[in-house]
Amino acid sequence: MSEHIEPIRVSPTDQTTIKQNREQTTRRELTMTTAKPRPAPLAGSPKPFPPPNRPLRVGTEPILVNGAQSLVRSLEAVGCEAVFGIPGGAILPAYDPLLDSTSVRHVLVRHEQGAGHAAAGYAQATGKVGVCMATSGPGATNLVTPLADAHLDSVPVVAITGQVPRALIGSDGFQEADICGITMPITKHNMLVTDPADIPRAIAEAFYLASSGRPGPVLVDLPKDILQAKTTFSWPPEMKLPGYRPTTRPHGKQIREAAKLIFAARRPVLYVGGGVIKAGAHQELRELAELTGAPVVTTLMARGAFPDSHPQHVGMPGMHGTVSAVAAMQRSDLLVALGARFDDRVTGQLSTFAPGAAVVHADIDPAEISKNRHADVPIVGDCKEVIAELIDAVRAEQAGAGGLADLSAWWRQLGDWRERFPLGYDWPADGSLSPEYVIERIGQIAGPDALYVAGVGQHQMWAAQFIRYERPRSWLNSGGLGTMGFAVPAAMGAKLGLPDKTVWCIDGDGCFQMTNQELATCAIENIPIKVAVINNGNLGMVRQWQNLFYDGRYSHTDLGTHKHRIPDFKLLAEAMGCVGLRGESREQVDGVINQAMAINDRPVVIDFVVGADAQVWPMVAAGTSNDEVMAARGIRPLFDDDDAGGAS
Amino acid sequence: MNRHTLSVLVEDKPGVLARVAGLFSRRGFNIESLAVGPTEVADVSRMTIVVAVDELPLEQVTKQLNKLVNVLKIVELEPTVSVQRELLLVKVRTDATVRSQVLETVQLFRAKVVDVAPEALTVEATGTSDKLAALLRMLEPYGIREMVKSGMVAVGRGPRSITAAAVR
Repeated sequence: MSEHIEPIRVSPTDQTTIKQNREQTTRRELTMTTAKPRPAPLAGSPKPFPPPNRPLRVGTEPILVNGAQSLVRSLEAVGCEAVFGIPGGAILPAYDPLLDSTSVRHVLVRHEQGAGHAAAGYAQATGKVGVCMATSGPGATNLVTPLADAHLDSVPVVAITGQVPRALIGSDGFQEADICGITMPITKHNMLVTDPADIPRAIAEAFYLASSGRPGPVLVDLPKDILQAKTTFSWPPEMKLPGYRPTTRPHGKQIREAAKLIFAARRPVLYVGGGVIKAGAHQELRELAELTGAPVVTTLMARGAFPDSHPQHVGMPGMHGTVSAVAAMQRSDLLVALGARFDDRVTGQLSTFAPGAAVVHADIDPAEISKNRHADVPIVGDCKEVIAELIDAVRAEQAGAGGLADLSAWWRQLGDWRERFPLGYDWPADGSLSPEYVIERIGQIAGPDALYVAGVGQHQMWAAQFIRYERPRSWLNSGGLGTMGFAVPAAMGAKLGLPDKTVWCIDGDGCFQMTNQELATCAIENIPIKVAVINNGNLGMVRQWQNLFYDGRYSHTDLGTHKHRIPDFKLLAEAMGCVGLRGESREQVDGVINQAMAINDRPVVIDFVVGADAQVWPMVAAGTSNDEVMAARGIRPLFDDDDAGGAS
Repeated sequence: MNRHTLSVLVEDKPGVLARVAGLFSRRGFNIESLAVGPTEVADVSRMTIVVAVDELPLEQVTKQLNKLVNVLKIVELEPTVSVQRELLLVKVRTDATVRSQVLETVQLFRAKVVDVAPEALTVEATGTSDKLAALLRMLEPYGIREMVKSGMVAVGRGPRSITAAAVR
């Protein structure tokens, strides 16, 4: 059935069911069961759920257990392979049966924030649900940052937290924090379990919610006495989510409308966001791009969704995007947004963003559509299905018209931008090492098969710009929340999930000092990641803004890592059981990277001492129009174009 | 900005009110009135939310509300095709000299007296916001000692039920 779901609108004239997507599925049961090796699809729902980590085990008869055993058995049954966590008072009962689990590997981290980012890194690298575990109070509140991070980047993470015993809830008990209340706005959903019999259902629901629809973090809070209580465990449990019905299959009429616009457009751009990677739709995307001949831009969250080497790839859009990508969007007559959300870092000043473009917006989350930019053709659905159907519909349009749309004038314009304003960098005038060069060489030496995980700041932008991404899930970063300290633990999670892949953590010296304690975890748990600390001695991105917007008054951005060499990252790495290396000149760069590539039994940290004055370009200053994109300081390509009358 | 009345059917679970209210405040919307209570369906509660907001932000807030896992259904009730009522309890300063005048006003508004004391009357009235505002205007000159008003509740006119469709 699944007839389809138009974007939700409020009719002023009638009693309108706003919850149309639910209205249309009304004749389904309230509850659904997962009585099969895999979660059963909702009755009549358009497609099966995304596959769980591993097939759920076939039904087990109820057995007597305690709550903690029920939790661990549930995790095993739902296919959880790894849990990143730290035990503590309230969660202690859960750790006892965890010791005996043969299928769930627990990784003892050094800080709960590390557990959360590791779970996110694991999830982003593998596409499976990442799991983190913490005790009540401070353990749980330390998960707040990574949960907010996963929420903004739509990463499937399940957090399991201990809570004080039921009788103590609300009494300001020792290590009590209302973590459900605290994380309400930064999780997709959360739940406090108050009956031990509900544990299997809570875990099944949490994994399903985290991984289906628009993915996101789900927190399950478990009071200690629930974990200690006698209960029964049986699998699969019955899930009760009557209010949750993600729409995956797009509306045929909207698809046809979109195809007409795509065919009619003369300056189209495929604006590709992280949703394409999450939906596993990169192959479909490539087919659509080649079918239409349209240029493709991949956002910070979508790097790798479309090969950088593909001639139709015109770069990353946004504040530090390429001129060709920013200009293509600004001058386009049709934006086809696929799993992207018109973030302010992409649009710049919203009122002047892509003024001449009609918008086709496809997203699995109806709330994203027309949130920031009005969508002329809204499409609610899973990107894989949306793009597959778009391909058929565009083919039909082309067949009807007897050929392809002529985009040659558009490509001439795009080619001109690409040629005149390629990505590039200058070597620092003071003779110091270029950070861009270091990152570029890591990308060239490790190649497109490796994974690259960045923190937040200049090094992140350079890593997004100067490494060539050829495949999805090869680039991990904190895009939405911009969480410094994301890289080391996320790289750890990614490497644990994909032990055969080379995982490079590109970090800054500021970021690195926030979460490098997880290197000890990596060393002890045998998770040999490679870390390149792009050490410019400063909070580089902040310094860049101080240089550009605060008259070069460098207020509290010098970390002293150059001046005093505190800490000495090489020694720090060695202290934590890693190999410590250092590169300070152009000649040393390849040597230390190759040395690091050869070490696979331990984590490696390279301290790349780079110039402090390098800046990230191009740039659209915060709050200004994308028309003012600067290819480099003072060079404004689009203004030049306008003056010359070159832009159409 | 127009006032909109939303009927929100939710699972009757702890924390649902906080989720809904939190969503409104987080996204910058002021709730003018809120009423929550049970429905004819077990485990399903109904919130009636009155919010002053333009069409476009309303669409955004309803979409965000729909994303809450415990929200089952949202219906906007237009005043012309629904019955909308509030409940008012008001304690009016009343001595023997003005009692009969107050009682006359109470009768005019088809309200009723639910408590009497030598120097005060407590009046109960139901109606639309406009009617209750008019009653209050009439009672004001005598002196209002205390008043309390419920949030608005509303139900669509005609035979259709929004609950039946949502939970079947």
